[in-house]
Amino acid sequence: MTDNVESTEVDVYEKEHSKDEMKRQVISFALMIVFTLASFGLVASGKFSSMVVIPLILIMALVQVAFQFYYFMHMKDKDHEMPSTLIYGGVWCAALTFTALAVVTWW
Amino acid sequence: MSYDESLFPEKLPHNPEKATLEGRNKFMGLWFFLGGETVLFASLFGTYLALKDSVHTGPTSEELFGLPLVFLMTVMLLTSSLTSVYAMYHMRNNDFKKMQLWLGITGLLGIGFLICEVYEFAHYITDYGFTFRSSSFGSAFYTLVGFHGGHVTFGIVWLITLMLRNAKRGLNLYNAPKFNTFSLYWHFIDVIWVFVFTVVYLMGKVG
Amino acid sequence: MSTATMTQKRSFGAALWDYLTTVDHKKIGHLYLAGGAFFFLLGGLEALIIRIQLMFPNSDFISAGLFNEMLTMHGTTMIFLAAMPILLGLMNAAMPLQIGARDVAFPFLNALGFWLFLFGGLLLNLSWFLGGAPDAGWTSYASLAMYSSGHGVDFYVAGLQIAGAGTLMGGINFIATIVTMRAPGMTYMRMPLFTWATFITSVLILFAFPALTINMFLLMFDRMFDAAFFNVDLGGNTIIWQHLFWIFGHPEVYILILPLFGLFSDIFATFSKKRLFGYTAMVFATMLIAFLGFMVWAHHMFTVGMGPVANSIFAVATMAIAVPTGIKIFNWLATMWGGSITINSAMLWSLGFIPSFTIGGMTGVMLGSSVADYQYHDTYFVVGHFHYVIVGGTVFGIFAALHYWWPKMFGRILREGLGKITFVLFFIGFHLTFFVQHFLGLMGMPRRINTFLPGQMLDTGNLISTIGAFFMTAAILVFVYNIIVSARDEQAPADPWDGRTLEWAISSPPPYYNFEQLPLVRGLDPLWVEKREGNGKMLPGEPLDDVHMPNGSILPFLMSFGFFVAGLGFIYQTDSKLWFLALYGGMAFALGCMVVRSLKDDHGYYIKKEELQKALDREAK
Repeated sequence: MTDNVESTEVDVYEKEHSKDEMKRQVISFALMIVFTLASFGLVASGKFSSMVVIPLILIMALVQVAFQFYYFMHMKDKDHEMPSTLIYGGVWCAALTFTALAVVTWW
Repeated sequence: MSYDESLFPEKLPHNPEKATLEGRNKFMGLWFFLGGETVLFASLFGTYLALKDSVHTGPTSEELFGLPLVFLMTVMLLTSSLTSVYAMYHMRNNDFKKMQLWLGITGLLGIGFLICEVYEFAHYITDYGFTFRSSSFGSAFYTLVGFHGGHVTFGIVWLITLMLRNAKRGLNLYNAPKFNTFSLYWHFIDVIWVFVFTVVYLMGKVG
Repeated sequence: MSTATMTQKRSFGAALWDYLTTVDHKKIGHLYLAGGAFFFLLGGLEALIIRIQLMFPNSDFISAGLFNEMLTMHGTTMIFLAAMPILLGLMNAAMPLQIGARDVAFPFLNALGFWLFLFGGLLLNLSWFLGGAPDAGWTSYASLAMYSSGHGVDFYVAGLQIAGAGTLMGGINFIATIVTMRAPGMTYMRMPLFTWATFITSVLILFAFPALTINMFLLMFDRMFDAAFFNVDLGGNTIIWQHLFWIFGHPEVYILILPLFGLFSDIFATFSKKRLFGYTAMVFATMLIAFLGFMVWAHHMFTVGMGPVANSIFAVATMAIAVPTGIKIFNWLATMWGGSITINSAMLWSLGFIPSFTIGGMTGVMLGSSVADYQYHDTYFVVGHFHYVIVGGTVFGIFAALHYWWPKMFGRILREGLGKITFVLFFIGFHLTFFVQHFLGLMGMPRRINTFLPGQMLDTGNLISTIGAFFMTAAILVFVYNIIVSARDEQAPADPWDGRTLEWAISSPPPYYNFEQLPLVRGLDPLWVEKREGNGKMLPGEPLDDVHMPNGSILPFLMSFGFFVAGLGFIYQTDSKLWFLALYGGMAFALGCMVVRSLKDDHGYYIKKEELQKALDREAK
């Protein structure tokens, strides 16, 4: 196995790298909590009309999900071309299904 | 080199979960499975949206849902997502004990989430008479939220099996991919929950 | 289970055990083919009974209720239990060889997928003996299915749920295989078209089947657990079923045809001795068809009343699919143009496919016009249309594939003379049966009705249609005879067709590890490249080394059996609470098998370098 000849320099670099990575993940977690609070706050306050609130909370949900996928699940890293292609494919089909049932079914 | 030696090297590579072909296959396979799950849940969400106002004689979503409990559940599941990130961080640094510790916390948070969910369902059924059979809204609600809950339950059983099976033998190239696929699956459950609390609870409260 | 190489005669029991526990993609291919063929004959018998009933006006060969069961089971069987498994079998048999892999990514799941399909199919067909088959059409619209008495529709739900789970596993498995296990040098744009089609079809399976899964759950909850999704009294909505069914169902028809588009591309290139014309365009046309295929489902629902805007959008999207399909048809013609063409059975089926499928495509565009569709809807015109694409495309393709790959799968070449008789009989029978149905439909004959009245100008057409069905039956019998007589012929050579792709570089049938050394791919049509620029043999892409192989396992069979028992439990728990024992027992048994699988480490085994060296030396002689 070629991995056994890894030098210690590489190790140090990798350690640094994963520390940075960890920092970014903690920041995304903090942002996700903030978005969650904002969503719940918007609804709990009851001051805004549903036409304002619904698009806003949906957008915040999408941003949170992007954080999950890109940072927590590493979809931003290389080696993830195929996974992200298929996830986006799934999201597209999901959007069609969702729209069909939510919009076209009006009886 | 024999297979066993190649699976249990002296020193693990930096990304042990993707060092073998089996590991890469598991990694890819799980991602593709999640792509399919996206459509699965979209079908459930769509069904829910089509039926959410069909309350028959029962309570509406605005009367039913309480935000504090849902917020607590959200925080628990979000946090468990972060703790499983920590677990994977320690896996990459080949620190088995810390990985098990963080996985254990992840599992506990997941169990806490499930307890809240069971309490919530019981509350709706006993206090409001809102059941799976009482209206189309009821069927759609319990099916959607229940499917998510079922995924959480399956995840916890999976996690416990993994942790117990590997408790005594530490990390190697055979089990590292398994921990990694679990963690991906767990994050995905959280992704679904973000939409559940937004589309079901928050939008249900706004009306 | 490393004894698969034993050449001496084994007892029947040992062979059976070998197939029950196999995880080898080639053997699973055999199993899929055998299972699919069994259900194909069953579905064909049902079709024949339908045609005999409709041979003359006012006929009472079978009762109206039985007719409903026949047409439901004919459609369901042919699509889910015959066409799809045979295609999965062909993919299993050919795709790993075409990309130069030793197996698929998840051999265990591959076996599990097959056994789930088989037990799901058996469960569905058990309904014939247990109080009546499903009778709400293969689409099983909820407004009809909810009021179907007896357990027929319950069997439909449970059987398809189990079989569908198996298909989904197969899809994920093939995608992962193609992504991670291509041989050195086999870039995406060097993959044979059949492999490309397998890849894209698997993506379609991955995104289409979950909608079916959910739909089956909704109907199951409604019928067996008194939920209210489709119960209008409690606010339910049966249109949800239609949307979910067609969100699955329309991609499903592309799942049935795309693999064969890939196959025809390989066949035309091989037997025209020419590189496929417009390879890149073919790949992207396949992708485009798959992409558009997800956005047209509602053209099955034009008469539901979605409104003019939705109808127009779906009509335009539907017609757009004709463009990539046209690109393919013209590329096939251009591949043959100026080629040195060999016409044998495989090529005959492919040549017959082009006009037949094109007719089906044209009536498809007619149906895609939402205004005209109000006239065609639910008539025999629709029946004629989809049989032209499914029989003229999928069934012709399956026969072409069987003639083409039979030597690779079983080591025997099917007899040419008999193959040609099969084709001629089937081709005549197919057009006799279905061409006239378009006109029956235009004259107002509705589909799914058990009889018709005399003196409405429908008599002759129906008689001709039934005569055609007998021709097709005769063709199938000749084909079965062909299989039996050719079994005693001598061993087929490794490369009987002067092939272009990797599967022809190894012996027929291949050794269980496929390649001693993974081949080095130096271009599109890798074997052809070596025939032209090298010595006609593939260069090794890796040094000779021990080869890792997965162990066989009986668990997939047992697990599927557990789900089968649980399925019976689900169906009958409405009659007696005792059946919950079967439900929980079956589930617990299947889950127990999963636990055994995850607790027991399975590192597989090794084939020693020396053994492979011996095989290489034998080949060199």
